[in-house]
Amino acid sequence: MDLDSVYRAEYGRCVATLTRLLGDIGLAEEAVQDAFAVAVQKWGDTLPPNPGAWIVTTARNRAIDHLRRESTRDARHAQALLLRQPDEPQEVGPVRDDELRMIFTCCHTSLSPLAQTALTLRLIGGLEVGEIARAYLAPEATVSQRILRAKKKIRDAGIPYRVPEAAELPDRLPPVLTVLYLVFNEGYTSTSGELVRTDLCLEAVRLARSLAELMPDEPEVIGLLALLLLTEARRPARVGPSGELVVLAEQDRSLWNRDLIAEGHELVRQCLRRAQPGPYQLQAAINAVHTDGPATDWTQVLALYDQLLRHSPTPIVALNRAVAVAEVHGPAQALAAIDELDLPGYHLLPATRADLLTRLGRTADAIAAYDEAIALATNDTERTFLETRRARLARPQPGPASR
Amino acid sequence: MKQYLLAVQDDESAPPPSEEDFRDNLARTGKVTAEMRSAGAWVFVGGLMPSHATTVVRPHNGTITMTDGPFAETKEQLGGFWVIQCDDLDQALAWAEKCALACGNPIEVRPFNIIPGD
Repeated sequence: MDLDSVYRAEYGRCVATLTRLLGDIGLAEEAVQDAFAVAVQKWGDTLPPNPGAWIVTTARNRAIDHLRRESTRDARHAQALLLRQPDEPQEVGPVRDDELRMIFTCCHTSLSPLAQTALTLRLIGGLEVGEIARAYLAPEATVSQRILRAKKKIRDAGIPYRVPEAAELPDRLPPVLTVLYLVFNEGYTSTSGELVRTDLCLEAVRLARSLAELMPDEPEVIGLLALLLLTEARRPARVGPSGELVVLAEQDRSLWNRDLIAEGHELVRQCLRRAQPGPYQLQAAINAVHTDGPATDWTQVLALYDQLLRHSPTPIVALNRAVAVAEVHGPAQALAAIDELDLPGYHLLPATRADLLTRLGRTADAIAAYDEAIALATNDTERTFLETRRARLARPQPGPASR
Repeated sequence: MKQYLLAVQDDESAPPPSEEDFRDNLARTGKVTAEMRSAGAWVFVGGLMPSHATTVVRPHNGTITMTDGPFAETKEQLGGFWVIQCDDLDQALAWAEKCALACGNPIEVRPFNIIPGD
């Protein structure tokens, strides 16, 4: 493990704990960044036994030094808060509950939905602004502005740093689920470079598990956890031996994680018994069908997508549904279904169109659609995958004799 | 302890309420105010005359100009307000929900920056 991976793994947790100790996210981020700067000089080749605890302790001490020199109201407030802390052991590690507090603070209903997600991805997921911009399909400057504004509002409006009480959860929960879903997605197909950011996937699964422990009676929390487990289970088969993307139909199913699939299926069955379907439970059910038996039962998948589209009539759901339409009713119907979708900048729309056009034998149109998708794709592995598909079309089709 | 302004947004283009509606409204908001007092959250409350009664006094190079009417000529005007004290935004929003339901108008919740004696 090097300093970069420690930063990735510990940044969010350390900021969450320091926010509790200092009562301010901005001060917490500064202190944690200071501590990492010290770590760069002190650690060298050997990491301390518990890097997270080292960062929290160093950040806390740096913050105390810093606040003693300051005399602003915020600084006095933070100092008072620090002094009121009960005697903690010298090596204070990041605290798990702090992360949940931070998630609910970042996803507070008084913040706009976009601000909630951007803030959580930055503070909990430790994502850089550029990565968040891609997850949003939004310009980097806009996202950066949004995060800054949200942090200022949390401080100035007095948004509390706590886990909501049971009665508040129905209102406070949906934005948290959206955010965890997006963190997982960013990990599953990351913005740039390698295809998968395992750390983010595991982080999202971990946080979803924590939420499910905290709220076992919320069907959508269970649905989200099941969805993430069933998707995560297929991750080992999604990248081939030379790092290339392997689509679902061509995946080696023996590489799938059986334990995660069993756990996911059990959670989906729990959801079915409860019979209060929601978008996450439906997506989990779709993934349960994909991971059940030797091949996907597409009729069942399409029926679930029809139900999902009624719950969340978004262009992305319509696009995913079209993939099932193609399997059940053929590519021509699927093509018609996505004809009028408006998803500017989203490479999977032209990529899906290219695949359907290929199957219809409309090679020239398919190549044009692949070109469009390649230009929009930012992940190297996905781009290579699209280029390979496109290259197959550009070559004359091999006849039966050459097989 | 923080302080928040709970400002009532009044749509002046809407027809004025009947005498009876107005009295009911006062009774409901009065109940919320009484609740604030017994919870120790109440600092101030007042209902305002409509914006036709407003004058803006504006400084300019050490002299003053006066204009008839509010800052902005929009149909949404400040109709009245509460000032409350509480621990955090969640508590302020819980009061704002009660106020909004009582008066039937949107409430803008805004934290104070400067509190005398703080």
